[in-house]
Amino acid sequence: MSAPPPGEAAPRDAYDIVVVGAGPAGLSAAAVAAGQGASVLLLDEGMGPGGQIYRGIANPALPDRRILGADYWKGEALLRAFAASGAAYHPCAAVWHLDAARRVGFSREGRAHLVQAGQVVLATGALERPFPVAGWTLPGVLSAGAAQTLLKAQGLAATGRVVLAGCGPLLWLLASQLVAAGRPPALLLDTTPAGNWRHALPHLPGFLASPYARKGLALMARVRRAVPVIGGVTDLAIEGEARAGRVTYRRGGAAPAGLPVDHVLLHQGVTPNLNLAAAAGCALDWEPVQACFQPRTDAWGLTTRPGIWLAGDGAGIAGAEAAAARGSLAGLAAVAALGRIDAATRDRLAAAPRAALARHRRGRAFLDRLYRPAGHFRRAADAALACRCEEVTGATLREAAERLQVPGPNQMKAFLRCGMGPCQGRLCGLTVTETIAAARRLSPAEIGYYNLRSPVKPLTLGELASLPHDEADLRATGGA
Amino acid sequence: MFQRLPEARRPALPFLLDGAPAEGREGDSVAAALLALGQDACRESAVSGQPRGGYCMMGVCFDCLVVIDGIGNRQACLTPLRAGMVVETQRGRREPAR
Amino acid sequence: MGRDFDTVVLGGGMMGAAIGYGLARLGQRCAILDEGDTAFRASRGNFALVWVQSKGLGLPAYSDWTRRSAALWPGFAAALREETGVDCGLSQPGGFTLLLSEAEAARRVDLMTRLQAQPGFNPFPWEIWDRARLRQVFPGIGPEVIGACHTPLDGHVNALRGFRALHTAFAQRGGAYRPEHPVERLEALPGGGFRIATPHGAFSAGRVVLAAGNANARLAPMLGLRAPVRPQRGQVLVTEKAAPFLTHPVVNLRQTDEGGIMIGDSAEEAGFDTGQGLGVMALMARRAARMFPDLARLNIVRAWSALRVMTPDGFPIYEESDSAPGAFLCNCHSGVTLAAAHALALAPMLAEGRLEAATLGPFTARRFDVPATA
Repeated sequence: MSAPPPGEAAPRDAYDIVVVGAGPAGLSAAAVAAGQGASVLLLDEGMGPGGQIYRGIANPALPDRRILGADYWKGEALLRAFAASGAAYHPCAAVWHLDAARRVGFSREGRAHLVQAGQVVLATGALERPFPVAGWTLPGVLSAGAAQTLLKAQGLAATGRVVLAGCGPLLWLLASQLVAAGRPPALLLDTTPAGNWRHALPHLPGFLASPYARKGLALMARVRRAVPVIGGVTDLAIEGEARAGRVTYRRGGAAPAGLPVDHVLLHQGVTPNLNLAAAAGCALDWEPVQACFQPRTDAWGLTTRPGIWLAGDGAGIAGAEAAAARGSLAGLAAVAALGRIDAATRDRLAAAPRAALARHRRGRAFLDRLYRPAGHFRRAADAALACRCEEVTGATLREAAERLQVPGPNQMKAFLRCGMGPCQGRLCGLTVTETIAAARRLSPAEIGYYNLRSPVKPLTLGELASLPHDEADLRATGGA
Repeated sequence: MFQRLPEARRPALPFLLDGAPAEGREGDSVAAALLALGQDACRESAVSGQPRGGYCMMGVCFDCLVVIDGIGNRQACLTPLRAGMVVETQRGRREPAR
Repeated sequence: MGRDFDTVVLGGGMMGAAIGYGLARLGQRCAILDEGDTAFRASRGNFALVWVQSKGLGLPAYSDWTRRSAALWPGFAAALREETGVDCGLSQPGGFTLLLSEAEAARRVDLMTRLQAQPGFNPFPWEIWDRARLRQVFPGIGPEVIGACHTPLDGHVNALRGFRALHTAFAQRGGAYRPEHPVERLEALPGGGFRIATPHGAFSAGRVVLAAGNANARLAPMLGLRAPVRPQRGQVLVTEKAAPFLTHPVVNLRQTDEGGIMIGDSAEEAGFDTGQGLGVMALMARRAARMFPDLARLNIVRAWSALRVMTPDGFPIYEESDSAPGAFLCNCHSGVTLAAAHALALAPMLAEGRLEAATLGPFTARRFDVPATA
């Protein structure tokens, strides 16, 4: 596998299309757009292309292909197409700004850059849903996605007494990868609510006809042969002083149980990574089945902001292969919006990715319902830090919601500082919204989300100071 | 702890961790190198001083903040390890002068 | 006839909450009607100074009122801490305006001299500090800083904790806070008292206080009042939490007790637009880095913009309606500085049903009726 083209020494001032994120959606969007002759800049925060799902694909840590499984290696074809496309690529680039004028601000190696994009394709992917159980902030506790990242990019496996806890396909995938790596976890605690089957069942035929069914069931069978699995877990906590030492759990009304641990790997699904889109002013909608907010998009990925497109899981969770297809669609639509291709060409070229998207969407309805995390795990336990940055507990949130009649997350933020830390609500936003919704007996759709602002990633004051200004800016401030 | 699988063979990279010689591998992020060395905690939080380590490994949780080459509060999971890097535990709030 | 409340305060920001708390302290049955989570809220975007230094040019009474509030703040903060356990983090060590050139220094001296030379102005101490003296307080100043203007009266608070403390204390004293109750209609009732209609029902009250910021412009005419206020946008940057670095507040730059350094002194006429401007942010950052070069290495972790509530001359409005006695209009853009006065001095007047002419007479909106030219 050849390396991707090296990043240019310095970005130009303007590009036809700026793509943010080098996962499947971003790689596809950039390749398709560059393939149609557009000048394309792909900005990515990671050390190499692939996003989270194909992390390390340009420089694989594990030559044994059986460990990560065939799906991982599908990233190679995406990377080849991207490398051949001629798109410019900047890794280690943190995008912190996007505005309605489609100016993209990013920092790389301590320097801030501002580029003008004709069109912007956001492919910011997903992040793992917060799992605010007591002790989830202790060293030794990582998300399952984090453990998988370490496996993909560095060939590092969690060892010792490792407990996987939570629900969702990624948890089982990681378990199977650890089994294949010869490092089976000690235990898998499954928090999938028993009642979910009832909601998922009507969608079973679609699932059985999907590519997920056979693969998924075989994978779970492999895990069950090698790993003890305890299902129906309704309470979960991690104990320890300086690091995680013990996990305790309970199944319904049964007596609490526990075991000593070295690592706990938590997961309860993924949700759109929406901070950049939201800060750019794109409208968000509540997605009730997946229990998350997602930016509103049309069939091509157009957000509510002209010229800003969103592809992949950042526009709603549908998985890697759907993301690649949505990346192609957004790339084509962005090129068409620039006038580089006409609508007929766009539609003709879109036929294949549309068919792929339909194929890979099949079965999702079942999975979304089956693995919908329990409400009490989507809110923070009393003793858990709902906001990791500012150290605000679930109990504090609930007390404020009830005593102070807090109407929504922005007032909560003002009162308690939740969401004010460097993560900017990525690890507490949904928790806070759902906590207020429960206290007020309203839908999260009515409660809303944090009002997110630029910069969505930190940059230094010195970097910010290096950016240009005009006369009006001078009049609005105390001068230079 | 996190251990390298035997098939993950990459050249070693020397660096300094809290003043002591340490070793990671090419392709490591600073956060990965620390976990491979058994350093689950890499900072003391700025609010209460409680120990923290990286949770997400993808740049969103800001719990893997460390001092790298004299600059505080850097996201270790997004920073490629380089030979000779000087990495230090982030103790609470950042000193403005560093 | 029984009324729902003695007084209904419209607006649950810093001003409405301070007035509501002050009324509840006096045993009034009080409600605060507020808008929802995404309302324009200066209270969530303010800079949290308790500031005296440059206020009152053109209206000496404003300096008096500001200084009265600054003097009331210690007792106010103590009362809130005692009632709620929330510490407002009040610190009044004196404050500075940093000067980056001889021209800036000359302008500052001129402003302070004119301020204090006004007829009826009660002087307060101020001094220009030279660079050497300033370095004893701020060792980290940059080479371009030539000195500063200092007054011992200035300070700052943790305004968000103060905001929470006010709401907590108000609730504890039995006050009724009703978010998502935008007021649709205000009526003075024939026998006295008011009817206040919202989408979630109407309330009756003996008195009504309009403390709804920029929304007062819409509400005031319903009760024969006039609130010529407009939004003025301000942008703020905040750094990651840093070890204690700034012991004193600077007018455009302060370190919170949590560690973050706030930077912000922009003013833009942008209507009801809370958008951010990178150029303004860059200039604020540049000026901060000229004042304290070490700041350049700190990360900006958040930034925001918010709308001030500005009157034509920048001074507050306090006024009772002539046509609907018992209806009071309150507007200012210094809700933090004036919070103590609003809770401990204004609220008792409102409870009495009469604004003290000696104190608040100069703040009537009638001052805007004077023709601009004779």
